Amino acid sequence: MSARAASRLETLRFRQVYRYQPGKADWFAAGLPREGTEAHTPGVADMARRDVPTCRLEERVGAVHDRVREGSWDVCGVVNEQGVVLGLVRVEALGVDPDSPVEDVMQPAPVTFRPNLGLGEMPEYGTKQQIPRALVTTSDGVLVGLLWIEDVDGHQTHARS
Amino acid sequence: MATQIDRNGVQKLLADGGQLVDVLAAKDYEAEHIPGAINIPLKSLGRETVRQLDSGRPVMVYCHDYQ
Repeated sequence: MSARAASRLETLRFRQVYRYQPGKADWFAAGLPREGTEAHTPGVADMARRDVPTCRLEERVGAVHDRVREGSWDVCGVVNEQGVVLGLVRVEALGVDPDSPVEDVMQPAPVTFRPNLGLGEMPEYGTKQQIPRALVTTSDGVLVGLLWIEDVDGHQTHARS
Repeated sequence: MATQIDRNGVQKLLADGGQLVDVLAAKDYEAEHIPGAINIPLKSLGRETVRQLDSGRPVMVYCHDYQ
């Protein structure tokens, strides 16, 4: 649709025409601002805890364990220098040789949700019995925060009552 | 041929005075759109409706996704 619109504008003598082909789906999935009557419908980004600890693949388990425990977290996101999620480490997995690299104990390809996913649109596997928590990432894979499914359930219950 | 642009490019061009056009139907635009966009549905895109645009400045168009 945007291709036809761009071509039509060119026939109308517009000389500087740009086509944002990925469109608003891409914009919203990146967690960028929205406007409109449905723009304030809460999405998972609104419930995500932004201060989730992160670590690098090559960091030593011992250092990460201390950091995670200090904040009373039980998981840590593994990200690269651009903040792209590479994996997730559970605190239980950090009880190995403190000199081991995080890479050895991380869970690769964790479940992730996009920031604009509506709280009422959680997929069936997004129940706290199956996954108690999930990372929220942009469409580029950049970490936004950690979502606790029980937070979503609590919000939905409150919204219904 | 229109130049392809990504979301970073959209943000930069908007800041530099570019115009952003949502070509979806009015009800879709009203529900949710990118801040700063105006709505000219593809079906109504023509000589009359583009008068609200400045042909001397860049114009970016978008719809929902790769349609």
